Amino acid sequence: MLEQLKDLHTQALEELNKVENPRELELWRIRHLGKKSSLTRVLRSLAALPLEERRKKGAQANEIKKSLESSLEEKEKSLQEPLSPSPMDPRRLDVTLPGRPIPAGRLHPTVQILNEICDIFKNMGFQVIEGPDVEWDYYNFEALNIPQHHPARDMFATLWIDAGMGGKARLLRTHTSPMQIRLMERERPPIRAIVPGRAYRYEATDATHESMFYQVEGLAVDKGITMGDLKGTLFDFCQCLFGEERKVRFRCDYFPFVEPGVEVAIGCSACDGAGCRLCSYSGWLEILGAGMVHPDVLTRVNIDPKIYSGFAFGLGVERIPMLRYGIDDIRYFYNNDLRFLKQF
Amino acid sequence: MKISLKWLKDYVDISLAPQELAERLTMAGLEVKGIQTIGGTWDNVVIGEVIALNPHPNADRLKLAIVDLGTEQVSTVCGAPNIGLGQRVTFARIGARLIDPHTGGITVLKPTEIRGIVSEGMVCSERELGISDRHEGILVLSPEVPVGTPLSAYLGDVIFDLDVTPNRPDCLSVIGIAREIAALTNEPLNLFPNQYVELEDSIDSLATVNIVDSDLCPRYCASLITGIKITSSPSWLQQRLNSYGMRPINNVVDVTNYVMLEYGQPLHAFDYHKLKDRRIIVRRAGRSETITTLDGSKRTLNPDILVIADREEAIAVAGIMGGLDSEVTDKTEAILLESANFNQATIQRGCSYLQVQSEASIRFDKGLNTELPLVPLKRATQILLELAGGRAAKSIIDVYPGKSEPKTVLLSAGEVKRLSGLKIKINGILKVLKSLGFECQEGYSGSQISVSVPYWRSDVKCSADLVEEVIRVIGYERIPITRLSSPLPQQKSKLSPPAKQSNLKEKLQNILTGFGFQEILTYSLVSLEKLQRLSPKTELKAPVLKVANPMTREQEYLRNSLRAGLLATLAHNQKFEQAGIRLFEIGKVFLPLGKDLPEEKEMLCAVLSGPRAELSWQTKNDLLDFFDAKGIVERILNQLGLKANFNIGDDEILFSGRGADIIVNDDKVGTVGEVHPRVAQAFELSNTICLIEIDLVKLSSMITWTEEYQSIPRFPSVARDIALLVDEQVVYQTVENIIRSFPLATKVTLFDLYRGKQIAEGKKSFAIRIVYQSPSRTLTDEEVDQTQEQMLARLHQELGATLRD
Repeated sequence: MLEQLKDLHTQALEELNKVENPRELELWRIRHLGKKSSLTRVLRSLAALPLEERRKKGAQANEIKKSLESSLEEKEKSLQEPLSPSPMDPRRLDVTLPGRPIPAGRLHPTVQILNEICDIFKNMGFQVIEGPDVEWDYYNFEALNIPQHHPARDMFATLWIDAGMGGKARLLRTHTSPMQIRLMERERPPIRAIVPGRAYRYEATDATHESMFYQVEGLAVDKGITMGDLKGTLFDFCQCLFGEERKVRFRCDYFPFVEPGVEVAIGCSACDGAGCRLCSYSGWLEILGAGMVHPDVLTRVNIDPKIYSGFAFGLGVERIPMLRYGIDDIRYFYNNDLRFLKQF
Repeated sequence: MKISLKWLKDYVDISLAPQELAERLTMAGLEVKGIQTIGGTWDNVVIGEVIALNPHPNADRLKLAIVDLGTEQVSTVCGAPNIGLGQRVTFARIGARLIDPHTGGITVLKPTEIRGIVSEGMVCSERELGISDRHEGILVLSPEVPVGTPLSAYLGDVIFDLDVTPNRPDCLSVIGIAREIAALTNEPLNLFPNQYVELEDSIDSLATVNIVDSDLCPRYCASLITGIKITSSPSWLQQRLNSYGMRPINNVVDVTNYVMLEYGQPLHAFDYHKLKDRRIIVRRAGRSETITTLDGSKRTLNPDILVIADREEAIAVAGIMGGLDSEVTDKTEAILLESANFNQATIQRGCSYLQVQSEASIRFDKGLNTELPLVPLKRATQILLELAGGRAAKSIIDVYPGKSEPKTVLLSAGEVKRLSGLKIKINGILKVLKSLGFECQEGYSGSQISVSVPYWRSDVKCSADLVEEVIRVIGYERIPITRLSSPLPQQKSKLSPPAKQSNLKEKLQNILTGFGFQEILTYSLVSLEKLQRLSPKTELKAPVLKVANPMTREQEYLRNSLRAGLLATLAHNQKFEQAGIRLFEIGKVFLPLGKDLPEEKEMLCAVLSGPRAELSWQTKNDLLDFFDAKGIVERILNQLGLKANFNIGDDEILFSGRGADIIVNDDKVGTVGEVHPRVAQAFELSNTICLIEIDLVKLSSMITWTEEYQSIPRFPSVARDIALLVDEQVVYQTVENIIRSFPLATKVTLFDLYRGKQIAEGKKSFAIRIVYQSPSRTLTDEEVDQTQEQMLARLHQELGATLRD
């Protein structure tokens, strides 16, 4: 039996020498020190021996077990990774080699800014809805107090689907405002919504004019809404978008479907109000058209203007990234040159 | 609209600096786009008299002039052909800043010697002074101007460039703006009295006016002056017209233009003796009636156009342009002066039919008030009597079929507060409205006032209009900033179709940008040519909506798919980009529905082409292909909880046999495949182009998220690899379907496809890893073997598949 124990010991140590990694070491441990190992079996069989023999062999077996355990511990330590590989260790990487390129995809800058705008208004309780690009004359003009031959039609050079057919003529909406009417036809106050979307103009394109552009329309209608609320909402919006340092100016302006009418401008980003080419030497950049919903518009959709009031606004989307990034040509947006798009 | 500060000062005292005034006007709704100072650089320019003129000894074309400047006499060399003895001229001393007529830049005048004679300064042209572009000769001023006056005191001015909104045609006049300034600065408006002596017979005995089409001409006023003398206008009048870019013609025409600028009411003078039968008839033009207008062109009219006629023929196109025959000339002795109101729409139609615009038509086009014509007519008659002499006929003709009652609007302080949020006392409201010319009556049921709207404010129709008047004068900046406090509207379910669709859109944007796709937005309008290029046969099959008045051929048709935009964008970018390009657009397409509004459907379209990986030290340079595109589609659907089948597709944009329909729940939701080489060629594309198109409306209706979750497997799985030899025409999906029909086969992965020398011709080999797993127990090897044997038997039986040795 003593021989047997010695052999076990020698064999175990030999095998341990060949162990190269922690996984093999664990297998070795199970084989030689585990519950089913020969050593354990020997230790168990001791119970059947007479006391004297048991003591002697038991001591030997335990010694072997301890020796194997300490060898295991030693081996465990030796298998641990060094704190740092040596300078010549081939596992060292040239970390300055470029990483594997991952193709970069980005949202279109207009979509990015639209998301930003919508988020601001969503936080103020505005719902986001959409409407058709091809509209009836009625919604685009007539219901917004712009009947045929109204001088304000000059403000909207129109692309027509059906030329000269009155209210039932189809056109490409010149602004997102028709959705004010569609929304109020459908919903009763309280109404609080924004409408992002495309708008179109019959216009020769140049650095500052596009035949297609994005707008965000806004509408809030209920009892007791005042121009103070309009100012508060749009003031907050401008500061969220352009920073809390930015000045915001509200001046009288005219849009046929609001009264009183408002133009919202922010302090010029390029000259900080001193006057420069960007702001035509006024110190201000026009950002939004707005106003209190015209009583005739409310009446047309069966909302009593004596009880309810509200404000509406329209915002040109491209202008914002143009100001923010100093983009001097609006045509870049829908030419989709990757050398432009990849910058955002 | 340009307006002179000097002229405004005739009617209102202005103490504000130009910049401050501009600010006030802008805030109140009359945006000042620019301020131009005339004479700001004229420090060293004075008015002098040419007192001697001698030939230059050394040059034929030059003259030596002695100019008296009052305090001194200076000599100068002058080459202008129009210089003459006794003229009042502008003299620039050494050091004066002038405009170089050749470069347009500013130069400082230096002492010079011209052909041996020293010049102490120079006599200037209008261009050199920056007044106009005229440079043919020197500027000659009126003899009344005192010698020695600095030019800036005489001709200096500030010109405001105003953006007048369409609701304020009254502000297209000097008096209209002056009235605004008076209200904004709390100053009175001073108008000139319009009185004159009437020496001639009563006008009714000298002329008659007959309005035939009174719907198109609500009012026609006329005065008459005999014994008039046509000359050129005095310099003050010429100067004012000049500052508006109008060329002075003669005293009569100039006065009509002057009063038009002053009041905004167009006037027209007829040579009275050329009126046949001394009769004015306002009527629609006859079919093909012709007239030669003032600009010398012969124009053919139609019955939509209103004309002023005498007994025989049209003598003017009403409100647009006078006729050549009845024009005031040097020989004119008597004039009939017209001040009328014409229907706005008629003027608009006439202008667009005749392709002409005039100072008069621009104003009528904006909609003038029928109450306006009388005062300007009297004003013009009075000035003409002063400037051109003659005798005014007694009284005035005033035919006024379209007279309307002045409007009255009720307003209360409560209404001002309700709309503006600003509390203003009734006295404050009254003060503002009165300053703008509104007449107010108090005491109407306590707080309410009855406001009578002056005729020039035809834009004011309801109490909201009056609220604007009050707060724009008081100042929008006084309105408090408050936050919406009204209740929020009911939030619509996130699962309503539009909300679902916009959720889907956002999800797709995230997925695709994550996979390296660049989002693009292309025009809704495309050219016919591009639409045709989408078909290999260059045929346009599906109907498209056409714009009636396209700006260009490039943007003439509403897109019925996103394909053209993407392919054209890809082609554009391939010129600059060597790396692989992945693009997508999510946007509306327009599907015609007869005379109704088109169906606007949201679609996704993506294209990919070029090397799969960017050039790098580690990666291979394989090209993107059909299976990249399909992988994207599978990934998208997988992330949406949907599973698709791919059937061989027949979309003609795809190369036959290299495209598939995407089928979800037995319904086609889109297409994926390689673009037909002919289409690619037509768009000048290189490389293989893959295209994905998905109908988002259909897709969003299929997303349910109701699939039950699967618990994480508790029992181990067993993986087996097999290599199956099948005939070339066996498609992979049929193999996988058979394998998957065994419930224990939980995962099936094709990891190699082999064709080649090691196997028989006409055969291919699929290497497939099958993972077996049971949700209820640990599988034994025998169980797996048994299942796989049954599986191979079926594969052999149904597809003739054998295991490859």
